[in-house]
Amino acid sequence: MTLTEKPGTAGTADAVVPDSAAAALGRERSSAGFVVRRFLRHRMAVAGLVIVALMVLTAALAPLLAPHDPNQIFGSFEAAPSADHLLGTDAVGRDVLSRLIYGARVSMSVGVGAVAVYVLIGVLFGLLAGYYGRWVDSVIMRITDVFMSFPYFMVILILVSILGPSLLTIIVVIGFLAWPMIARLVRGSVLSIKQTDYVQAGVALGYSTPRILFRHILPNALSPIIVNATFGVAQAIILESGLSFLGMGVRPPAASWGNMLSEAQSITVLSSQPWIWIPPGLMILLAVLSINFVGDGLRDSLESRSYT
Amino acid sequence: MTTTEPLLQVRNLKKYYPIRKGVIARTVGQVRAVDDVSFDVHPGETLGIVGESGCGKSTTGRAILRLETPTAGSVIFEGTDIATLSAGTMRRRRTDLQMVFQDPYSSLNPQIRIGDLLAEPLIAHHRLKRAAAQARAAEIIQVVGLPRLYLNRYPHELSGGQRQRVGIARALMLEPKLIVCDEPVSALDVSIQAQVLNLLKDLQGEFGLTYVFISHGLGAIKYISDRIVVMYLGKVMEVATTQEIFTAPRHPYTEILLDAYPEANPHLRDRPRIIVEGDVPSPAKPPAGCVFHTRCPSAQAICTTEIPRLSTDAHPVACHFPLLASKNGKVES
Amino acid sequence: MGSYLIRRLLIGIPVLIGVTLINFLIINLAPGSPADLYLTPTSTSADVVRVEAELGLDQPIFVQYFHWLVRLFHGDLGVSFQNRAPVTELLAERLGPTLLLMGTSLVVAYLIAVPIGILAARKKNSPTDYTVVGAAFLGISVPHFFLGLVLIYVFALELGWLPTGNMITLGRGGGFADRVNHLILPVAVLATATAANMTRYVRSSMIDAFGQDYIRTAKAKGLGLSTITNKHALRNALIPVVTVIGIDLSALIGGAIVTEQIFQWPGIGLLTIQSIGARDYSVLMGINLIAAVAVFGANLLTDIAYAVVDPRVAYA
Repeated sequence: MTLTEKPGTAGTADAVVPDSAAAALGRERSSAGFVVRRFLRHRMAVAGLVIVALMVLTAALAPLLAPHDPNQIFGSFEAAPSADHLLGTDAVGRDVLSRLIYGARVSMSVGVGAVAVYVLIGVLFGLLAGYYGRWVDSVIMRITDVFMSFPYFMVILILVSILGPSLLTIIVVIGFLAWPMIARLVRGSVLSIKQTDYVQAGVALGYSTPRILFRHILPNALSPIIVNATFGVAQAIILESGLSFLGMGVRPPAASWGNMLSEAQSITVLSSQPWIWIPPGLMILLAVLSINFVGDGLRDSLESRSYT
Repeated sequence: MTTTEPLLQVRNLKKYYPIRKGVIARTVGQVRAVDDVSFDVHPGETLGIVGESGCGKSTTGRAILRLETPTAGSVIFEGTDIATLSAGTMRRRRTDLQMVFQDPYSSLNPQIRIGDLLAEPLIAHHRLKRAAAQARAAEIIQVVGLPRLYLNRYPHELSGGQRQRVGIARALMLEPKLIVCDEPVSALDVSIQAQVLNLLKDLQGEFGLTYVFISHGLGAIKYISDRIVVMYLGKVMEVATTQEIFTAPRHPYTEILLDAYPEANPHLRDRPRIIVEGDVPSPAKPPAGCVFHTRCPSAQAICTTEIPRLSTDAHPVACHFPLLASKNGKVES
Repeated sequence: MGSYLIRRLLIGIPVLIGVTLINFLIINLAPGSPADLYLTPTSTSADVVRVEAELGLDQPIFVQYFHWLVRLFHGDLGVSFQNRAPVTELLAERLGPTLLLMGTSLVVAYLIAVPIGILAARKKNSPTDYTVVGAAFLGISVPHFFLGLVLIYVFALELGWLPTGNMITLGRGGGFADRVNHLILPVAVLATATAANMTRYVRSSMIDAFGQDYIRTAKAKGLGLSTITNKHALRNALIPVVTVIGIDLSALIGGAIVTEQIFQWPGIGLLTIQSIGARDYSVLMGINLIAAVAVFGANLLTDIAYAVVDPRVAYA
């Protein structure tokens, strides 16, 4: 990877200089057990993983865990926490805890969904650019330049407002905008991996290009993709909650941590009903922080160089 | 040796790399890695290619296998010019030509078990089921002297010599006719080198293989080759049988190369040495005339202007003043 | 170096064209047509055809793109659907507050990140270092809007020290102290993520630099840690820091949108939100184009700065 390539725009959480290509080269590769052992040494990463796992579980089992229907309206609105409503009720009279639990579904599905879309696109373009080089590479790289020139939050905001705010729109829009950084990452890895003797051996053995790309190059370029995708999940969760906060994301009555927070734009809610906005805010922070720690642990255990 | 039809004919092979510069990356020069190289390889023989690093021997080997696209020239294998075959046709043809790489640490995909590495060529080319391909891999791995249980190991669990055996086994899987060995023992410990060379020799007898054996080490070349091509700065200097090269070299460069080769017989160590001055010129700016004239002890005026052609006799040499067969420095004492 | 510079600029041309093209395509994707501005509810379909012909909307899309591009070069970004003012005027009005907010945040982030990053690197694996790393992680993980709400809650509502929003106190404000007071909270929100990000960069590149042979040589020569830090390591550690500024402009713009909304800061970000509410796509596209050109410019400058700091780049 040359120095002129910058780490991805959308991956602001991912700050450390990525030097993944070198790690992916034919050097003695750490076996799965070794990676797990190194990961387990990171207490914060392990704690993060546990929290993320609990959140995924909460999202999956929301109907069983939630004390109430998240959309059921109770007589007492803006009620302070009580035995019946552990986190009180919101401005419309819905149970905040139940909405919080259902909100995990939105965050987890945006995180995983959007990242899955852009990793797929990014890997494909990155493989093509890196392997074929020449004009294919130039064209794809210029396209990534164009995409990376747009301030992503603003473009997402505008596109979502044109297409109509919804969970699916957010996933698709983030998915189609955030792929360039993955493409650049993969391209960089491919450029160095395709020079290795084992890829040359594949050519000499008469393997087809798809076989070489997907069986011999991609598996060796996976580490940086995994790390980047992990940070991307955190990033997508922040984006969704931000959009929902601004009313351009998941729309009420559906519950999302972001749209729960937007109620705090009223001074009354902000000053005297903290049970309405502090829990969803903390959940977003906890989710993003945990995933970032997991990503950091993964970077350290999957790649040779690490600092944090 | 000349009675049979050659298995491989390399004709006027050239590989130039452009040097690009400036805003629009226009070509301002060329590195002549391989410059007008021709030779034949006969069925069942081992042709050694020897020369210092940067002489183009590896590029020649890679161009034969189309791992590099030749700039010009032809590579005729069994009557077909494979340098101009379409990509798809070439891919199928690759079953006949294989390669053993220099570095056994980087030539095996670190993420794939040995068994799958060996089975993959059969699955890719002959659409064998994994089990059938694995069974064949189990046979071949024993042929190269490794136990079957290694099939379940990853490359990094093997030593360098063992990995090179895997590399050789992989090249054998498709039952090729020709194997290009690109410095196959240079990266190995000296004690292992002989074992691998012997393995290659044994396999040649067993499978009727033809080798192009590329090395900068005269020891390995002398041990395994039937005939030798000496290269310098992208050009062929001399082609002859191993016996002739080592006893009666005709090119001054060959003589110098042999002179630098440590002599095993202590009684012969006192012979006068030839001292060569200067470095190998850059292949981006090869000297005019004979490329070797800048370092040649017997260079004359003509050598600086006229490129010597490879002679067409039984012992081809590219020199205006070839050494006489009777008078060579090697056996004088 | 010179030819690298020219090549890098030439590469920028198709990218810039791509940026304008995509921007134009999004305008066409958006509901609402420029013709709507000249039509009233009583207009007949003949009127629609006439107005569309006058505006060139009946021509093929690439001809329209070309005309749009020509107008763009004359500084014409179109007219707001909402209040019929030229988009450039609206933007000019809002640019100042946004630049003030982002510029101050960047400076503050820099002033915090560089010393703290160096400190953490020098005390690698100490409690200090762990605290810095942990705080940096918190900083990159906290969403702007949540941090903003918490700060307003604590400093404006509970303690009453600072105003909840706006750029000046309405009615009687406008003095220097008043402006600074209004600037503190939004800057704190916007600078947090940037500072956290930059701290991690500075720390890791300093650690990297400390590990280099030339630093060990400097130590062996008996140079003090401060001299080494200032003279040798810092300069090399600047390279990745240059990048952060390039990357961060995009993130900074995103952060500014949310921050300006929370603090009702009258800048481009607030205009964005207001225009989205009013579905005023001509204004949005103007903002988007300006922002994209700014990010494009920042990326370009980053690459060039890279080449200046590290000459090897130009030969890569």
